[in-house]
Formats: sequence, C-alpha cells, structure tokens
Amino acid sequence: MELADISDLLDESHFPHILCAGCGHGIALRAILQAIRKLNLPAERVVMVGGIGCSSRVVGYVRMDSIHTTHGRAVAFATGIKLARPDLKVLVIAGDGDLAAIGGNHLIHAARRNIGLTVLCFNNEIYGMTSGQYSPTTPPGSMSATSPYGAIERTFDLCRLVEAAGATYVARSTVNEVFILTEYIGRAIAHEGFSFLDIVSPCPTYFGRQNRLGDPVKLYESVKDRTVRAKAATKMSAEELEGKLVVGEFVRKNPPEYTAEYRRLVAARGGK
Amino acid sequence: MRRELLLAGAGGQGIILAGVILAEAAVRQGLFAAQSQAYGPQSRGGATKAEVVISDREVLYPRVERPDLILLLSREAYGHYGQDVPATARLVVDSSFVSDPAPGVLSVPITETVREKLKRIIVANMAALGLVGALAGVVERSYLEEAVRGRVPRGTAEINLEALGLGYQMAQRFMGVPGC
Amino acid sequence: MKTILLQGNEACARGAIAAGCRFFAGYPITPSSEIVEAMARELPLVGGSFIQMEDEIGSIAACLGASLAGVKSLTATSGPGFSLKQENIGYAAMAEIPVVVVNVQRFGPSTGMPTAPAQGDFYQTRWGTHGDHPVVVLAPWSVEETYRLTIRAFNLSEVHRLPVILLMDEGVGHLRERVELPEEGELAVWERPKPKEPPDLFDPVAHAGEEVPPMPPLGAGYRLRVTGLVHGSDGFPSESPETVAKLLRRLCGKVEGKPELLQAEEEGTDDARVLVVAYGSTARGAAAAVREARERGLPVGLFRPVTVWPFPEARIGELAAQAGEILVPELSLGQLSREVERAAGRRVRSLTRVDGNHWSPGEILAAIEEAGGWS
Repeated sequence: MELADISDLLDESHFPHILCAGCGHGIALRAILQAIRKLNLPAERVVMVGGIGCSSRVVGYVRMDSIHTTHGRAVAFATGIKLARPDLKVLVIAGDGDLAAIGGNHLIHAARRNIGLTVLCFNNEIYGMTSGQYSPTTPPGSMSATSPYGAIERTFDLCRLVEAAGATYVARSTVNEVFILTEYIGRAIAHEGFSFLDIVSPCPTYFGRQNRLGDPVKLYESVKDRTVRAKAATKMSAEELEGKLVVGEFVRKNPPEYTAEYRRLVAARGGK
Repeated sequence: MRRELLLAGAGGQGIILAGVILAEAAVRQGLFAAQSQAYGPQSRGGATKAEVVISDREVLYPRVERPDLILLLSREAYGHYGQDVPATARLVVDSSFVSDPAPGVLSVPITETVREKLKRIIVANMAALGLVGALAGVVERSYLEEAVRGRVPRGTAEINLEALGLGYQMAQRFMGVPGC
Repeated sequence: MKTILLQGNEACARGAIAAGCRFFAGYPITPSSEIVEAMARELPLVGGSFIQMEDEIGSIAACLGASLAGVKSLTATSGPGFSLKQENIGYAAMAEIPVVVVNVQRFGPSTGMPTAPAQGDFYQTRWGTHGDHPVVVLAPWSVEETYRLTIRAFNLSEVHRLPVILLMDEGVGHLRERVELPEEGELAVWERPKPKEPPDLFDPVAHAGEEVPPMPPLGAGYRLRVTGLVHGSDGFPSESPETVAKLLRRLCGKVEGKPELLQAEEEGTDDARVLVVAYGSTARGAAAAVREARERGLPVGLFRPVTVWPFPEARIGELAAQAGEILVPELSLGQLSREVERAAGRRVRSLTRVDGNHWSPGEILAAIEEAGGWS
C-alpha cells in the first residue's frame, strides 16, 4: 500500500502539537487523512468534530472545517450538523472517556438512529488530558491516578456496545497495523449509516508509565501481544480472550440512514 | 364587561378542552378571552381546573380572581372549589357525582343525562360547556358550535354538538330561577 | 392581522418559524413540551429539521451543530432541562454561535412542581454557565408578545452571534388568549453577518478588530476552526494574557452598555410615588393593580422590563430617584428585588411568593396602598 501526499490536509501552523512522544494519536490522524485522500473526498465536504481530550485536539491540526466541542458532546453536535447538511461527511474524533463515559448516551442513540456519522474512537484506555485516571476501557487490575490499588471496574467492549445499539458498520483496529486501520477508516467514512471504529492507540505517558510497561516501543509490543484477529477469536475460549483486543470488522449492513429517512418524510409532507 | 368562569373536575373529564372551546368561541365572536388551567403532572386522575376570562376589553389579568360562574364535575372538585364561594358567584355541580350539595347550589345531572340520551359519557364535557354557555350568556351558541367543530377530533363533531345541545336544554329549567 | 386564540408555547413555535428557524432539537419536559410538539409538526412542512434528542444536553449540542452549518436553531426546555443546558450555553457564547434557548420557568429547585408557575430562574438565565459571558434574556408577559419576542430573540442572536434566552414562565407558556398575529413579512427578520470574501480569500485574522466578526457556514470551504477554548482570531487556542483578555472583553462587550438591547414598558411612571417593577406573567396582575390604582387617582406607575438581561439599571435608577416607594412582586424569594435594589441603590418592598400561585391584582393593590400610605 502506498502512502498518498496529505500535506495539504494537515495544518502545521501551530506545531509542535500537544501530543506526547510515543502517543498513538498522530498515527491514527495520519491514517484518517490517508483514508480521506484515498476516497478522493474534497476537504470542504468533510467536517471533523472533536470532544474534549487528547484525541479530540487532533481536529485542530487539519485543514478542514473543525469543531472542537464540549466534553462528551461531539456526537450530539455532529448529529445537528449531519441533519442540517446531510451531504457532508461528518467525522467524530474523541477518546474512550469522552465517547463511552460522559458521552455514552449520545453514542448509543446515534447508533440506534443509524445517522450517517463516522465515529472514530481513539481508545488509549485512560484519561490522558487530565493526567491518567481510569476510563471505561481501562483493563481491570490496571494502575491509574484514580485506581492506585488497581482498577476493579469491568470494561466496555465498545464495538459490542454500539453493535447492540444498532450501529451498521463496526470495526476495531490498532495503530500497530496502519494499513488495515486506514482501510477500515475508509470503509467507515464511505459507509452511509452510523459507523464506529475503535482505534486502540496507546498512551505511554500515563497508561504505560503507571503500569510499568516500559518505553513506547515496549508498550506497543504489549498491545500487539494482546491483539487477536476476529476469526482467530472465534476459536478461543472466554478465558483465553480475557484482556485481549479482538480486531476486525464486526458489522457491515445497510439499513436506511436517518437523515435520508428524514428528508423522505419532509418530501412526503411537501416541505423542501 | 368582564366574566370569570371556573370549571373543575377530575383529570380525563375534558374540562380543559371545554374551557379552550369557550374561550375560542368568545374570540370568534369578537370578544377578548384568556384561558388557563391547573393540573398535576399527569393529565389524568387528580383534580383539573380550567379558568376562562371573557371581556369586551383587553384582558390584563388572565386568571379568575372573582368568579361569576363555577361549574364542578366531581366530588373532589366540589370539596376543593365548592367551599367559601363568594356570594356573587353562581355555583353549579354535576349531581351525577355530587349528591349532597349545600343549599342554593344548582344541581344538574349532566353526566347522567348524557349517559341516558347519548350513551357516550365521553362527551359530557360538551354538555357541561353548553350548560355554562347558556348560563353565562356572553357567548352566542353559534360561535360555540363553530368552536366545537374546530376543536374536537375529526368525525366526532355531530355527537359533540348533540351533547352541547343537551347542555343548553338542561340550562332551560334554570333560566328565570332567582339567583340564576 | 389574524385574530385567534393561541397558547403561549404555540406562539413561541410560530414565532420561531416566522423568524426563519429551520432546526429544532429538544427533549420533552413540562411545561414547555407544546413547543417541541409544535416544531415536530411544523418544521417538516417548511423543509426544516426536527429531532427529539436523547437528552437536554444533546438537544442544545445538536442545535449548535446545525447553527454552525448556517441554520437558525431553537431548543426549548424548562427548569431541570435548563440546568442541564448551561455548559453549552457557555460554549455558544465562547464560540459565538447563534442559538435561541427557551426556558419556560417552572417551580423549583429540582423537579419542584412541574405545572406550577415560578420565576426562580431569573439569575440562572444570566449566570447559569460558568465564567464571564454575554447573554441576552427576553421575558414576554403575553401570548402575543411571546410571538414577537421569539422573532426578536432570533434577530439579536443572529446579529450579535450569541445565545439569547427567551425566559417564559408557566403562566405565559400555558396561557391561551386572543392574539393578533402580524402577517408574514411584517416583522423584520435579521441574519448573521457572513463573510463577503470567497473561501480562498477569507482570513479570520483580518476581521480581528470587529466586534462581531463574520461567521462562515461550515461545509462551504471556509475551513472553520471552532473551539470552546480561549482562542485568537485565527481560531487556534491561546493562553496569551493579551489574547485572552481581548477575547473576553469583546464577547462581554456585545451586551454591556448597549441601550439598543433594552426593551421595557412603562405606565404612569411620570408621576409615580409608588413604582411597581414586575416582569413576565407577574406583570399582568401588577398592571391590572396599577391601572385600578390610577383610576382611583393614586400616583402609581409600572415599569416592566422586557429585556431582563442586560438589566435596565440606568432607567430603574432614574425612576427610583423620583419614586417614594418601590414595590417588586415576583414568584421567587427576591431575585428580581435584589437586582432592582442594586439598580435603585436602596431597599425596595419585595413581594415574594413561592406557593405555586400567581399574585392577583387585589393582592398587589393592597400592597400598593400600604406602600403609599393610602390604606
């Protein structure tokens, strides 16, 4: 797979960026821009909507319409944008804390409506911006600033959560497998209905350090060790899958998209 | 001219709709009118109150302060709004629910009459409206009929108008009675 | 002119449509649900968009998204829901996104009494969200005024690029009364400033000196950069003291010291020895009492703020200088009274009420007589 030139999509005017050395989010952003370029999408047809958190800040580094919203509400802002402008590709970029904790309600309801948003969760299994507190995806037993004796809460499998809520494209990948990741992002953006991609993107500064996982390279290796492809996972027992990251595409279907349904309703009532 | 009317009963009796239609009829007639209500968070059960103020001038204070006519369609409403009624107010109760009103209260079997004549007590609120319309005497029947047609569910205008007529009939026997 | 019987909440929805509102996101809550229902019915008929969101926070967030796309947006709620919307009201102020938020006040705090009238959100409408911020709050006293003020709320929100709150109360929202609605096009409708430059020549920094910079819609190639962080005119976050102070002062300057935002009605204030100050549905009883007092020859006046924020402090100060006593009836424990005292520079007679009922003309008249020494 060849890398396209994406320099016109990236706004470097305010570099250095806020991301730490070794953070996976830059890899994920590059994969997003690669996917947009490969789809030949004009930049003015794409809106990037972020919430609050490290991942949400990457929307500030693109040369496209970018809306950095309030904590947890990116999906709700994006819902309004998509309903007002169904012709636009509306991408939501936010983290696991933003999407699955404070913004969980918007996430599941957007999935239920099958509104044509592309939600890209930069899942670093921690609250990075606020210095490393546990999130809904922090594995049990992990150390964090608010689980100093080890996390005891069970985690959300975000892919299964949105699948149950009605999402029509659901996949997971990691920043360790950039070409697959880029491919999935492209499919998620091209998808008409609600698409969700869980992008595992490690946080060396807070998750890695507090859990003594070593330097970023070692942390990425630990993610690799936890990664299991969906097909292989079907042959594994629940015990064997404990703590693993199952990657692959889980849902691909095409029921009617919400804003298209709404415009049909308007047309039937004589509205313009 | 300012007339203040208070209608009260149980939730689900259609008290508010009756009040809205009365106010709308007044507006159709060229008068000024205001309608407000009080009810619990659930729109059924509990006591419901509709207030209607009709005037030939702009209505500044839109609520009932000194009622001219009070119509009560349930025991609970009678207990609540039927006591300490100012001497200037005419008090009417539906005797189908209020069996032992105080002396001087006009007692009319509204719901019973509707049950007997129309078999559908759901339109008893329109009979109550006819009764109030006739007793209040400020809104002409033709405007009330117009407003009923405009406000009731499609296909139910005729039975609602019949009930309204029953209310006017019931009022007949009180016309000319002292204090009425 | 159409003369009809109309409910306050319905009038709000009709006013919104007349103002060019084509997006509504909301969540049902008593006593404002009729606005949600009316918008669900009417918007598809004019090609607009309606969505019932999963919660109150999502509702205002969706409105802000739609407004960024260039569509006039409305959300409506009541007490508990208004509390939930506060963070994004602040976002609208910071990111300069036009939006109209209706709060049909009900009895609080908390769930309180959903169908009982109250005026306890007076200060919340001004200071509900954190941080210094601009906001305009308009409070109608009648159904017809609700219609007109909804249009004005959109107009002000659009041209100043800020959140405008229509502060209704249950006594106005659920009231049905005779109204005379203007014909379509009779009331002026204003639009937000848009850049005259095409996208490739548009530079937000070139508009840095303007009090209300132009607002390009997203999806048109302008590369909007929107954030709730303090930012420079280029839209990038900044913590430079100079940039921060400049932004905050410009935002708040949109409403501070702007007499053209102030709207009020006065009756008999020229010779008033007793001045009554009331807003919203409470002003109806107050006006009836003042009129009756004047018919009896008593020197009593009514000042009714229609724009309640920014507060008309200069005019109240003038009136206070000539009036003997100031009487402030309200459906709260002295919120309006406190603000009138601040403007008047002295104590007022506060008529507070928190029993779920309205002040009647008779009760206010009795207080007027007592205040004037006429009883």
